[in-house]
Amino acid sequence: MREIAYYEAKFEALDEIMAADERVHLINGTFLSLSPHRHVFQNLKEKYGERMIAPPISELGFCGLATGAAMAGLRPIVDLSTGSFIYEAWPQVANEAANAFSMSGGQTRVPVVFHLFHGLRGGGAAQHSGSPQAMLWNCPGLEIAIPSSPRDVKGLLKSAVASDNPTIFVDHTRLLDIRGEVPENDKPIPLGVAEIKRSGRDVTVVATSYTVQVALRAAATVAQQGIEIEVVDPRTLVPFDLPTILQSVEKTHRVVIADETHQSCGVAAEIAARIAESGFDKLKAPIRRVSTLDVPVSYSPPLEAHIGPSEGRIIDAVKATLA
Amino acid sequence: MILRKEKASEVLDLFRRMWLIRAFEEKASVLYAERQIAGLLHLSIGQEAIAVGACSLLHQDDYVFGGHRSHGHAIATGADINKLMAELAGRATGYCGGNGGSMHIVAKETGFITASGIVGGTIPLALGAAFAAKERKKGQLAVVFFGDGAGQAGAFHESLNIASLWQLPVIFVCENNGYAEFTPLSAHTKIERLAQHAKTYAIVASTVDGNDLFAVRAAMARAIKNCRNDKGPAFVECLTHRLRGHYEGDPAKYRELSQLATWKKQDPIARVERTLRKKKLATSQKLKAVEAQARALVEKAADFALSSPWPSPEAVDHAVYAEAK
Repeated sequence: MREIAYYEAKFEALDEIMAADERVHLINGTFLSLSPHRHVFQNLKEKYGERMIAPPISELGFCGLATGAAMAGLRPIVDLSTGSFIYEAWPQVANEAANAFSMSGGQTRVPVVFHLFHGLRGGGAAQHSGSPQAMLWNCPGLEIAIPSSPRDVKGLLKSAVASDNPTIFVDHTRLLDIRGEVPENDKPIPLGVAEIKRSGRDVTVVATSYTVQVALRAAATVAQQGIEIEVVDPRTLVPFDLPTILQSVEKTHRVVIADETHQSCGVAAEIAARIAESGFDKLKAPIRRVSTLDVPVSYSPPLEAHIGPSEGRIIDAVKATLA
Repeated sequence: MILRKEKASEVLDLFRRMWLIRAFEEKASVLYAERQIAGLLHLSIGQEAIAVGACSLLHQDDYVFGGHRSHGHAIATGADINKLMAELAGRATGYCGGNGGSMHIVAKETGFITASGIVGGTIPLALGAAFAAKERKKGQLAVVFFGDGAGQAGAFHESLNIASLWQLPVIFVCENNGYAEFTPLSAHTKIERLAQHAKTYAIVASTVDGNDLFAVRAAMARAIKNCRNDKGPAFVECLTHRLRGHYEGDPAKYRELSQLATWKKQDPIARVERTLRKKKLATSQKLKAVEAQARALVEKAADFALSSPWPSPEAVDHAVYAEAK
């Protein structure tokens, strides 16, 4: 099968989405962040320049604009670039877009995508390393897609744009250069379908976004010690595929959840609660969380490495569930 | 007062629409006192000329956005008062099935796209509708109503800048009623006229007597022409006064009684009535009948609302996410 880079898969998705539907507009344009590959984005500009808009630094204004445009029949994709910048647009995302369908009794559909890069990126410090997806998971009405592979970024972006709901598309700059199989003419990946990224019999590691890649490295390391990790990627937080995770827990009886949001009320906390509520009888050890420690993200490289869900911390947690 | 452009029958229609809003809100006030309506109820009594004046010039496919004080705006677009009253009463037959209530009215069928309980919340949304309109090139436009309190919000300033920058067909209608919730404008800003902000952002602006139906219509007509001709946004500041408190039950001790009395003389409905009489365009009998008819219609709306079923608890499960069409 064809193997391409993550950034290429994402670019392909945007190209195919823009070609297929004239209602799609791109507002702001750092979908490949400041990566050295961002020049490929220029190709899109040449083809769809009229539907690509560079707004002023007014996140509140342009996220509201995109929400209103979606209410009026367009399907905008808004790029917030750094995840923390969505806090500037919070009222429009969390209080207008998220609520509109419900508050209108189903009269108003808001097919907008808010794209952002979350997480530890190397020197981002507290204000450029945010992972707002946990807070956003607390806003019913939003869908949340969070890819971890080239195939997923392409397939999920297509489904996010096709959805009639406001969708947060949570990306990670550390994924942009990874390579993986992406079939030509691949179908969109439906929202709400988890994927087993590696099979194993001993411990289930539920991981999201870039932490899936970290978990896969941890799995390779402990495999040499005879421990088989099963890595499960929910791929979307809303809707959430609990059955696939419970099936894995049925097999392994042990769970570690690894994710870059902060620990308290974080993504891992919610997943742990759901597994405990529905699969308590399957567990032979307490569920372990490997999240970003509950401190504002530090700037200095060793401090940043210390607080994140590293391979070492995942391995320690895996071994703790087996102890 | 200008009556050159409007025909008598047209003015009578506008007068009828103003009375419908007044009667609707007076009835809502009674139902609220009887605790038939939950939450907070914000009335626009005294501001009807703006809603009716502005909306009467719009097309069916234009987009209208409101705020927390928007029963009048919805009715001015032609919203069904039965469904509106049922929404206030939290019933299944309401516009939003009881999910929205007084502050979050949506009547998509008449182009009233949405209100919002957040001051300034719909201003960026209206930009979006205007953006979509500009893309379609069919001469559509968006109108957003907000109060003077929104003029101090960040969303207001970001939106004015973007609308101007991208020349979006949006009309900002500021209902400057002198109070941001419980505080006079002078306690919130040194800017006396909100239209000044529009000028800062290079947007065509005017300030008019918001209790004069004809002045509002004239200003809106100019603003609409601007938008339809793709000449960018416009700002219409309407000076007015709400004759009630911020919400029903507000003791409104921050307001001088003498001031209230002055504004009551400027009641926009009475002013239209005086014009119609003076110009001998309608008999006293006919004018009285308009009020009586409006009151009868809202009584029926109240009966419809209160006899409607409550939403079923299961309804909430289906109301959060849209299924693909």
